[in-house]
Amino acid sequence: MAADPANLAYVRTEEAPLLPPPANEAGVRGWLIKNLFSSPLNSLLTILVGAFLIWLIWDTVKWGLFDAVWTGENREACTGEGVGACWPLIWDKFPQWMYGFYPIDQRWRPNLVFLIGGAALIPMLIPSVGGKLWNAMFLLIFFPLITIILLSGGHVNFLAQTYAAVIALLLLAAVIVPIAAFGLEDGLQRNRPGIILAAAALLVWLGGFLVDTPSISIGFARVNALPFFSMLLAFLAGVVSLKVALADNSGAGRSALKGWALIAGGLLLAMLLLDIDFGLEPVETSQWGGLLVTLVVAVTGIVASLPIGILLALGRRSKMPVVRMFSIVFIEIWRGVPLITVLFMSSVMLPLFLPEGVNFDKLLRALVGVALFSSAYMAEVVRAGLQAIPRGQYEGAQALGLSYWQMMAKIILPQALKISIPNIVGNFISLFKDTTLVSIIGIFDLLGIVQAGLRDANWASAASAPTGYFTVALIFWVFCFGMSRYSMFIERRLATGHKR
Amino acid sequence: MTATTDVAGKPRVSPWNDPGKRALLIQIILLVVFAILAYEIVQNTLANLRSRNISSGFDFLSKSSGFDIIQSLVPYSSNSSYGRALFVGFLNTLLISAVSIVAATIIGFVMGIMRLSKNWLVARVATLYIEIFRNIPLLLWIFIFYSAVLKPLPGPREALTIFDSFFLSNRGLMMPRPLFGDGAWLGGVGFLLALVACWLVARGAKARQLQTGETFPVLWTSIALIIGLPLIGFALVGFPIHWEYPVLQGFNFGGGIAVIPEFMALFLALSIYTGTYIAESVRAGIMAVSHGQTEAALALGLRPGRVLRLVVVPQAMRVIIPPLASTYLSLTKNSSLAVAIGYPDLVAAGGTVLNQTGQAIEVVGIWMVVYLSLSLLTSGFMNWFNARMRLVER
Repeated sequence: MAADPANLAYVRTEEAPLLPPPANEAGVRGWLIKNLFSSPLNSLLTILVGAFLIWLIWDTVKWGLFDAVWTGENREACTGEGVGACWPLIWDKFPQWMYGFYPIDQRWRPNLVFLIGGAALIPMLIPSVGGKLWNAMFLLIFFPLITIILLSGGHVNFLAQTYAAVIALLLLAAVIVPIAAFGLEDGLQRNRPGIILAAAALLVWLGGFLVDTPSISIGFARVNALPFFSMLLAFLAGVVSLKVALADNSGAGRSALKGWALIAGGLLLAMLLLDIDFGLEPVETSQWGGLLVTLVVAVTGIVASLPIGILLALGRRSKMPVVRMFSIVFIEIWRGVPLITVLFMSSVMLPLFLPEGVNFDKLLRALVGVALFSSAYMAEVVRAGLQAIPRGQYEGAQALGLSYWQMMAKIILPQALKISIPNIVGNFISLFKDTTLVSIIGIFDLLGIVQAGLRDANWASAASAPTGYFTVALIFWVFCFGMSRYSMFIERRLATGHKR
Repeated sequence: MTATTDVAGKPRVSPWNDPGKRALLIQIILLVVFAILAYEIVQNTLANLRSRNISSGFDFLSKSSGFDIIQSLVPYSSNSSYGRALFVGFLNTLLISAVSIVAATIIGFVMGIMRLSKNWLVARVATLYIEIFRNIPLLLWIFIFYSAVLKPLPGPREALTIFDSFFLSNRGLMMPRPLFGDGAWLGGVGFLLALVACWLVARGAKARQLQTGETFPVLWTSIALIIGLPLIGFALVGFPIHWEYPVLQGFNFGGGIAVIPEFMALFLALSIYTGTYIAESVRAGIMAVSHGQTEAALALGLRPGRVLRLVVVPQAMRVIIPPLASTYLSLTKNSSLAVAIGYPDLVAAGGTVLNQTGQAIEVVGIWMVVYLSLSLLTSGFMNWFNARMRLVER
């Protein structure tokens, strides 16, 4: 029914030519007007802020490049009127800033640690590289071991008693192997002798605290009677339990046994590795320093705070009043006080808490303080994530018959941790910045060593403090800014469209 | 079937599989382990204290301290007691925290709003400020302000000055001190009266607006009252106030109020560093107000300034206040970094006491109690304030 288009005079046969956009809307001019000079007030602001920015940039460039001193041997080069940055100070001090007072001929060891850490971390951070599980296991289990051995020199020299105690504890833990394999009720029934022996071992061990018993001779050494008997009972309990697990012909007993053997073997292997003398020269932690210590403190705090924080967060949401109360008190005490008092506490109070004669390293004490402090913050971050998971997820998991730990490990925590990632990384960043506080209790971290270097009479000049602080600020900035950008990248990648 | 159920019809379960009994067992084990641990720690501590000849207890607080403190709000000398030294430190902590919180809030709000500005350059400058200052540790900022910014200032003889009454030198900032004469209390009375009048005016204006819809310029009236009434009070008794100006005496200034460089460095670092966190909360809060609210307000014919004041800010405040509370708390705790440059706050004064007396447990205990109660007080107040600001829904 339509009219023949060819006869309609007013229908265009071709597109009209496109007009250029209005000059005020397009191009550089349009952008300038829209973004910088849209109103008189905006124009004024632009000019003021722009002038300030130009002055700031020009001053910084002049200080860092044009007026700067680039070569020199000591303070002579940097004294004088109108001198900018004193870069020779940095060339001279930089190795110290990286390693502290680590012996110069041994610095290949921290270098190797940096290299291995970097090589293991980079594939971990790139989402498309596979093998994340093995990579994470390497980073969390083997890398710390390698780091301890390389940096301190290993050769801890464990006592024979320590080995005996660890083996006794591992065998005591073997009591739960049948329970893990056959379930609580069945496991208890099958392993009654093992359980009784284990309980007896614990009771005898506890008795050792209350009564002083004479030491007895066991051929090659003299030992205290009660702990020795408790150890013997623990050995027996473990052997009996392992036999029960082995006696079963179904696969369950054997696979639980395998898990136990893996953990026990790994622990003993780690102890052996720490014990072996690799011929590395021992380096006291008081000689460590600079960026090395900053990274050691930060990474230890980060790695330790996540599991402890998760446990505390679960404890705080537990239905058991005692567990909940302990978690709340622990979290609120650490969160309520400044980190510096925690560090003072770990350096002056912790030695008082330990038995006389037991003395551990200053750096290790600071590490304990930092780890406990950051785990309280991590707990609150994880709790926020747990609270954001809808109730239906918990109920669904329970309806499927999952136990508490199965529900948490397989359903709740993966979701809760995923939505907490930005906050977890934020926590890491503030922990990284907080590591500078250890310099106040006399540990030479990056900031501490820079402070010490600036007091060096050889480089005392008006230009040295600004130069030193500028450089160390740049190092910290690169780390923190990098972490925050990486977290934004991961956040975008993990966004699975639940957000509106 | 009947074999596994008892009379009441409940399934009979072994005690191991009863969640209630299992929870009880776990909690008992936890308590026992904790008790053993606590017993061990107490025993060890007592033994250690005995071997070091330290007597525990708070008797040391009344002993004479023998050290000086460079800034104190209450009279203090080296003859004063350790307890007084700690109290001076506590007041200094409160002072630096209060002043820095005010400054950080102003900086944070300005920068947070600037970051959302339509002006590209202004927004970028605010972003630059945030990204630079929050990614560098606070302790480093304190050192930078202390030794790279304030130390290179000229000495007292060449001090920078405004009107010969404010002097800025490497000894700090010197300001005139007001000295009040007889009858100055009338000014104070005027100020209190002004506050009461402002409250009445605000109430009356609100009642009138609810009844008639007519508005009243409450802000300008209040400003006039607060400035005017004390002035009238002073004028009645003939302005009994004069200023004590700082004067150069030898190598330093005498008279006036001296703001020590440690205070200035800590104040600058704390307020500028914490300002970045407040700026981010403010930005998040404003972004959380949905765009429809702004559009609806504009459609009703409100001018842009009023849209911000009456529609956006009241809703944004609800999102801003909770993070603001925790930022204030962390600022108060961060003020303990004063110890690094020797500003005598609670931790620095306590550290000196600790070194002199060796009473580690008592001093650390005092620190913890003070900071914990400050935390609890602040969070309590903020919770109350938050409850008042909360959106009241049906």
